[in-house]
Amino acid sequence: MIRTALAVSSGKLARLILNRAGRGATALPGLVALAVDPLALASLTASLEHGAVCVSGTNGKTTTSRMLADIVRAAGWAPVHNRSGSNLDRGIVAALLADSSWTGAPRSNVGILEVDEATLPRVLARMAPRVVVVTNLFRDQLDRYFEIDALAKRIGGAIARLPASTTLVLNADDPIVAQLAHGHRGPVTYFGVDDPKAGGTVAQSISDATRCPRCRAPLQYRRVVLAHIGDWSCSACSFTRPERGIAALAVELSAAATTIRIVAASGTVEAVTVPLPGLYNAYNALAALAAAGVVGIGLPTAARALASFRPAFGRLETVQADDRTLRLMLVKNPAGFNAAIGALLETGRHPRLLAALNDRDADGRDVSWIWDADFESLAPRVAHAFVTGLRSRDLAVRLKYAGVAPARIEVVDGWKDALVRAIGAAAQGDEVIVVATYTAMLALRDALADMGYAGRFWED
Amino acid sequence: MRFWPRAATPYPQCIMEAMALRIVHLFPDLMSIYGDRGNVLALQQRSRWRGIDVEVRSHTAGAALDPDWADLYFFGGGQDQGQDVVGEDLQGPNGARLREGIASGAAALSICGGYQLLGHEYVPDGAPPIPGAGVLDVRTTVGSRRFVGNLLVKSDGGALVGFENHSGKTYLGPRARPLGRVLVGNGNNGEDRTEGAVQGRVIGCYLHGSLLPKNPWLADRLIGWALERRHGPVTLAPLDDTAEHAAQAQAMEVARART
Repeated sequence: MIRTALAVSSGKLARLILNRAGRGATALPGLVALAVDPLALASLTASLEHGAVCVSGTNGKTTTSRMLADIVRAAGWAPVHNRSGSNLDRGIVAALLADSSWTGAPRSNVGILEVDEATLPRVLARMAPRVVVVTNLFRDQLDRYFEIDALAKRIGGAIARLPASTTLVLNADDPIVAQLAHGHRGPVTYFGVDDPKAGGTVAQSISDATRCPRCRAPLQYRRVVLAHIGDWSCSACSFTRPERGIAALAVELSAAATTIRIVAASGTVEAVTVPLPGLYNAYNALAALAAAGVVGIGLPTAARALASFRPAFGRLETVQADDRTLRLMLVKNPAGFNAAIGALLETGRHPRLLAALNDRDADGRDVSWIWDADFESLAPRVAHAFVTGLRSRDLAVRLKYAGVAPARIEVVDGWKDALVRAIGAAAQGDEVIVVATYTAMLALRDALADMGYAGRFWED
Repeated sequence: MRFWPRAATPYPQCIMEAMALRIVHLFPDLMSIYGDRGNVLALQQRSRWRGIDVEVRSHTAGAALDPDWADLYFFGGGQDQGQDVVGEDLQGPNGARLREGIASGAAALSICGGYQLLGHEYVPDGAPPIPGAGVLDVRTTVGSRRFVGNLLVKSDGGALVGFENHSGKTYLGPRARPLGRVLVGNGNNGEDRTEGAVQGRVIGCYLHGSLLPKNPWLADRLIGWALERRHGPVTLAPLDDTAEHAAQAQAMEVARART
């Protein structure tokens, strides 16, 4: 198709210029290609031998898609993967462009595409992936996506138009996600956590689904893992947590790793370990294992890949700075914040905190969400908190109202100054927890690179 | 309950120690997105820091509201899908109980969806109007455009800054007066430069943020009104609001520069 070839070459030209200029080319080339050919997404993925897997959801999509990319690599496949986390359609097309020849033929044989959940309906309208994975749906940047029910409806509508050749991999423990299978013609594999010890019985204040997505009657929970994730059923209609094709019978959490026990195809119980803390990483691993199973990769291969998994940008990755360890946590919504904080508190840490809040488009312009995040659990454990960012003072007030003594909260303007203060205040060998929204984390990563502590993230 | 009638002691600080504040959070399960919970946290903490006992109870649809109990009602914003259930609850006996509580002197703060549902009605596009609790003389119709952005308002007690996210357009009747005048943003309807409504001790507005933590003068005004219901007029002890004022100043700067 001449139009695709033109789109590919103009996109690649943009990429070449950006690289020459020393800039990361994570989205702009895709934007150029899409302007020339809106169907570039379908044409660029059509000749992938093993097809394409789209990984979407509010939280965990970056980690899950990276796990899946490692798994297909361990199986001997060559994935094309938008691993920098540039997950709007332009970023996906940019990654496909980087992987293709000047005529548009891919060098890889499988697509692992992380897709922003608000972009998912548009992406699914333009291509029919082999697998669609949805990790969870939480309230996120409401100024951009508005309401979670409306977003779920749009995703469900797009899924209903997919062919029966697409397999859905859905989180059984999330009623909003489980409902997405409603109009789907093809197969569905559900994953979930069956460990009765995982989670509590009390509904959390940030729950987005207190009512049944089908009949609006109140949902009942036998077990709540996080927000509206758990062992749920409708009190009125027949809608209930679906049967899990792959389930964690037991989850063991430690400071550095998460182990899940699952039933293998042979019927034996196998242990799978990921070197990342946090119950939510058990969910990410389950989603990746389920998708791997759908494309025909066996558990031993997948488990081997996960055992050596390295976290993505800001997903509990660590950076060494002057004998101190910085642990970087990207947060963008209350559920993600609570999950990340939960992972820290499970391990009994008393963190020194560097928290950075920005309110640009990619962060969410409305900072209200910090009041839904569970700073109250964190407050008694904070040894000292430095706050920075475009909305640092909102964050300082949040910490104050959560019960952190004002003497333990310090506002520092400037990314570098904030890092210098936080690193300097920690003793040698200590850990500094860095919690930041997306553009704030980018700025902090840049400052760390300038200080000689970390690479720039698109070199990842 | 420890309670001193105001006349019993000439020392206001003694009254402070004995005071208690009762808050009802209306429909926290359905009407609590956009961080509106921060308003309840602000009311709680600012009372506790002054030695005032605080108790917060939740009211969920279907439970019976006790009109005698609350000094202060908080009603936040929700998703459209939650509002039908809430609207139904308020059309039943709980609507009458809420009106009775407010007539007895209770204060109320409502935000966004809560604000709309405290008015007379919400008129959706091409559907019959949804009646509200009618404690505010306001009417809301659905607009064609969604107002999303920072919102800066000048009010009688000072500036108010927050974030609006609504497609409803609210118009005030003669018994309500605007909470303030819009300096940046859209406010009630994007037309008359008004934002919010005040009627007696009931306030409604479109300011998320959360509103009260970084606009502490309004938090204190509500605490004062609420305490008056059972304790008579009070003078609140001042607090160190350096952090709150810094947050307000930063948010005002953002609203002016980037909206």
